[in-house]
Amino acid sequence: MFSRAYKTVVTVPPLVWVTVFLLLPYLLMFCYSFWSVSPEQAIVHSWNLENYKELIQKTVYWQTLLRSMGIAVRVMIFSLLLGYPLAYFLSFCAGKRKDLLYQVVIIPLWVSYLVRAYAWKTILGSDGVLNTLLQYGHLTRHPLDFLLYSPFAVVLTLTHIYTPFTFLPIYAALEHIPRNLVEASHDLGATPAQTFWKVVFPLSIPGVIAGATFAFVLSLGDFLAPLLLGGPSGIMISNIVVSLFGAAYNWPLGAAISLAMLVIVVGLLFLSERLEKKWSFS
Amino acid sequence: MEFLLSTDPANVPRWLMLHAIAVFSFLYLPIAVLILYSFNGQGVGGFPPHHLTLNWYRILFADGPIWDSVLNSLQVAFAAMAISLIFGVPAALALDRAHFPGKAFFRRLVLLPLILPGIITGLSLLMLFNITGTKLSLITIMLGHGTALISVATTEVFAGLQKLDRAQEEASLDLGANYWQTFWRITVPNLKLSIIGAALLIFTLSMDEIAVSFFLIGRDNTLPLEIWGRLRRGITPEINAVSTIIFAFSLITIVLWYSLRRRSALGTDVGMELVESSNRDAN
Repeated sequence: MFSRAYKTVVTVPPLVWVTVFLLLPYLLMFCYSFWSVSPEQAIVHSWNLENYKELIQKTVYWQTLLRSMGIAVRVMIFSLLLGYPLAYFLSFCAGKRKDLLYQVVIIPLWVSYLVRAYAWKTILGSDGVLNTLLQYGHLTRHPLDFLLYSPFAVVLTLTHIYTPFTFLPIYAALEHIPRNLVEASHDLGATPAQTFWKVVFPLSIPGVIAGATFAFVLSLGDFLAPLLLGGPSGIMISNIVVSLFGAAYNWPLGAAISLAMLVIVVGLLFLSERLEKKWSFS
Repeated sequence: MEFLLSTDPANVPRWLMLHAIAVFSFLYLPIAVLILYSFNGQGVGGFPPHHLTLNWYRILFADGPIWDSVLNSLQVAFAAMAISLIFGVPAALALDRAHFPGKAFFRRLVLLPLILPGIITGLSLLMLFNITGTKLSLITIMLGHGTALISVATTEVFAGLQKLDRAQEEASLDLGANYWQTFWRITVPNLKLSIIGAALLIFTLSMDEIAVSFFLIGRDNTLPLEIWGRLRRGITPEINAVSTIIFAFSLITIVLWYSLRRRSALGTDVGMELVESSNRDAN
């Protein structure tokens, strides 16, 4: 029913825009990663593998990458542990208050990311809210200094930020489970625990995978929370990239690290796509 | 059964309820602290808060650079909204109705900035602007936000299109209206809620965006970057005050959006649509 002209008009402009402002920049990042920087700090457009060699040989790069992945895994696990039971509670036990409570989970997403990270900083600092509260209640005498400027602070803050992201797809998956399946399981004599593990949980796995991917991927690339709350031991891979694009002025090496990150992320997205497909029954 | 489908609070396992309360507290604790300490005369931190004052708000209202950055952010958000709708709505129509080589790739590419860490999108655009000799300014941020947020417009409108009855468009075309008229008189009004929802979401995301802006910033700061600059110099309750005001505005936006939605039976949930359509695309 739609003419050729119509299809061309709706297809070509977005295609051109996305090619220029998304595809081209990604390709450019790929090119940059094979270039180098001269001693006079100019970009040399000669193709070589030096950046990737450096990436493999210098332990600081891949160790930071591994540490970032460790932080991202922890954020993912905590977000699932917080998000799944909450989604289950809303979907199955909240009754009429379901829609309201759903909004209550979503609202923190509308509060600026930066502002929430900053709020944690004011809570965890050595003269922050938590430490003064502990001393006020005579629970501690001296401020606990491991709270801020540590990987702990980064994991806590990122978990706070990404729990609603993890919650959303899990909740969507739980809401799509036909309730008569649950009833059938009960009628056939399954205990509540059996019903959960054999019916509800398997059907919610695609949501769990989507939520876990969101949490892992988004926290892997984060550089603001580590800068604000991480301290030296909480540095993540993106912080290295930021410094390579700033003061350290080595764009090609920065591009190589970004590309490594891009490959990990896109690989994970493909993997989670496969897994979701495998586990979806519809 | 009671365990699983109960709406009676007495039958819900206690730990599940306590867990939900704990998670809600965890999500709202920083926001509560933030708001509370914006009124604290003693600065940020210290317990209990005392010397409650509106002084920080007074300082905030007299603070020129903050309000300049708010104006900059508003310009960026409106421009980003325009760019992502101008290209995102046709992109959704194309994905729904046209077949062209590389369509699957195109769909993935458009959605990528939504899930990719902002640093990668920001840096790759920085390289583009650098190599083409484009000077960094608010315009480069607008281009960055606009491009990254096409994904939001496309997913929202694509979800709306799935519910659209094509017979209306067909009738319009049969009755002699051209495609342009049909688009404005049938397609757009039917997609009204998806488009408004996408616009609001794009606006809010752009106002809050920092990872892409971080790399594309010229001389003029957006609000998040202005806040970022100040955070690095030390923390003051003035930041709490401006954050509290932003939070209040976000709440008003949400309430407006839901009252708008409630009036229409066609209502969809923006956040949910986004998640579901990205899941759908993944499948």
